[in-house]
Amino acid sequence: MQYFIQQLINGLTLGSIYGLIAIGYTMVYGIIGMINFAHGDIFMIGAFIALIVFLALTSLFYSVPVVIALLIMMIVAMLMTSLYNWTIEKVAYRPLRGSFRLAPLITAIGMSIALSNFVQVTQGPRNKPIPQMVSRVYEIGGISISLKQIIIVVVTAVLLTLFWYLVNKTSLGRAQRACEQDRKMAALLGIDVDRTISITFIMGASLAAVAGTLFLMYYGVVSFSDGFVPGVKAFTAAVLGGIGSLPGAVLGGLLIGFIESMWSAYFSIDYKDVAAFSILAIVLIFLPSGILGRPEVEKV
Amino acid sequence: MAGKALLDIKGVETYYGNIRALNGVDVSVDEGEIVALIGANGAGKSTLMMTIFGTPRARSGSIVFNGTDITQMPTHEIARLRIAQSPEGRRIFPRMTVMENLQMGASLDNLKYYDEDVEKVFHLFPRLKERIGQRGGTLSGGEQQMLSIGRALMARPKLLLLDEPSLGLAPLIVKQIFDAIRELNRTQGLTVFLVEQNAFGALKLATRGYVMVNGNVTMSGSGAELLANPEIRAAYLEGGRH
Repeated sequence: MQYFIQQLINGLTLGSIYGLIAIGYTMVYGIIGMINFAHGDIFMIGAFIALIVFLALTSLFYSVPVVIALLIMMIVAMLMTSLYNWTIEKVAYRPLRGSFRLAPLITAIGMSIALSNFVQVTQGPRNKPIPQMVSRVYEIGGISISLKQIIIVVVTAVLLTLFWYLVNKTSLGRAQRACEQDRKMAALLGIDVDRTISITFIMGASLAAVAGTLFLMYYGVVSFSDGFVPGVKAFTAAVLGGIGSLPGAVLGGLLIGFIESMWSAYFSIDYKDVAAFSILAIVLIFLPSGILGRPEVEKV
Repeated sequence: MAGKALLDIKGVETYYGNIRALNGVDVSVDEGEIVALIGANGAGKSTLMMTIFGTPRARSGSIVFNGTDITQMPTHEIARLRIAQSPEGRRIFPRMTVMENLQMGASLDNLKYYDEDVEKVFHLFPRLKERIGQRGGTLSGGEQQMLSIGRALMARPKLLLLDEPSLGLAPLIVKQIFDAIRELNRTQGLTVFLVEQNAFGALKLATRGYVMVNGNVTMSGSGAELLANPEIRAAYLEGGRH
C-alpha cells in the first residue's frame, strides 16, 4: 500500500508537468485547429532558459534563496519562450492560415526540428546538468515526498487555477472561446482574431516554460533533445483527455503520469512508454474524441 | 429620410474563387432609414452583407461608411465603427451561454453598458431572459434568431445589418421581430439594412427597397412603390399564391 501511494505521488508529479505542456497543445488546436508540433521544443527551450538564468544567478551572486531563484527562472523563461512562440506563430503559421490543412502541420514539424537543432548548435549536444537546487525529503508513514514534488504540484495547481479563471471569467478568455467556436463571427463583433491567436500562443508557451523550469529542477539536467519525448507524451495527454478541452488536457496529463509511474513500478520501466501509448490507443477505440472531448458533429 | 448616406456601396464586385457573386452593386442607406434588399436564393444578398464586413473582400468598387472608406479595412475594425450584423445562419456561439453571447456583443465597450443594454434586449425578447444560462447551441431556431439580433444590438450599432431575420420562424415571431425593428428605428433612430426572402413583410417595413437578381441590383424604390410594382408582385409576392 505504501509503495502504491508512493507511486501515486510520483505519478502526480510527472502528470503535472505533462498537463502544463498539454494545455498549450490543446489551446492552439482549439483555436486554429492545428497541432503545434514545435510546442515540445518550446518546453525544452523554457528549460534551457531556466538553466541559463540559474547559471547567471549563481555566478553573479554568492547565494540566492532558492524560492527567489526559481521565481526568477520561471519568469524569465516565460517571457522568453512566449517571445519564441509568438514569433513562430507570426512567421511560420500565420502566413499559412487558410491554406490547405497539412501545410501548417508540416511547417510545425519543421519548426520543431529547427528549434532543437538551433539549441544543439548554440548550446552543444551534451546533457547540461545543474547542481541540486532543492534536496529536502519528507518521510510520512514510510512514504517519502520530496520538497521538489511538493513545489511541482503546488505551482501547477496555482497556475491552473489562475488559468481557469482567465479563460472562463475574463473578457480575454471569452474572446478566445469565441474565436475557437466561430472565428468569423468573433471578427464581426470587433474581436481582433489575429491578436487573440497570438495571445493563445503566448499563454501556451508560458505554461510550457513553467513546465520546463520544473522539469529542470526535478531532474537537474536538460539536453536539446528533451523536447521530443515529453512533447509527444503531452500531446498524447491532450488527445487522451480530448483535444480542445482544457480540463481534458490536465486530466490526460495526470493519467499519463500515473500510467507511467505505475507501470514502471509494477511491471517494467523499459516498457513504460509502450504502456502509455497502448492505453491511448485503447481509449481512442472506445472514446474516439477522448475522455472529455466533444464529438465533432454538432447541431447548430 | 434624413438625407445623408450612412452606407454607400458603389460598383462592388465580389468573387468566390473565379465565380463572380456580385457584379457591380450600388446600394446606399441613409441615416435613419430601414432599407430592404430582396431577391431569390443565391442572388448574392448575403454575400453583399458579408462584403460590407470585408469577408469576402470586394475585388473592385468602394464601400464607404459614415465618411470612412472601409473597403480594405480589417473586419474587426469595421465592426468597431459600430456596424453590427446578425448574419446568415445566425452564428450563435454554440458552447457559450445566452449571457456570454450577449456579452460578446458588448465587447466593443468592454461591457461598460452591458447591464443597461441587456435590459433593453430582454424587453424586446423576453424569451432570452428565461434562457439566460442555457448554451446557445441548445436554443430553438427562433430563440437563436432573437439572440443573434440581440447580440448585434448589444454593440450599440449605428447601422444594423440583418440577414433574413424571419428565416425559419413562426409568423407570430416574425411579426414580433419586425415590430421590434420598427420600434428601434422609430424610437432610437437606428438605421437598418435588411436582407429578406419574405419580400412582403420586408417591403412593408422598409422605407426603401432594392431588388437583387444574379448579383445585380435590378430595381429600387420606396417600399410602397416596390410593393405596387406588378413585376415584383409576380416574381416575389404572388409566386406561391396561385
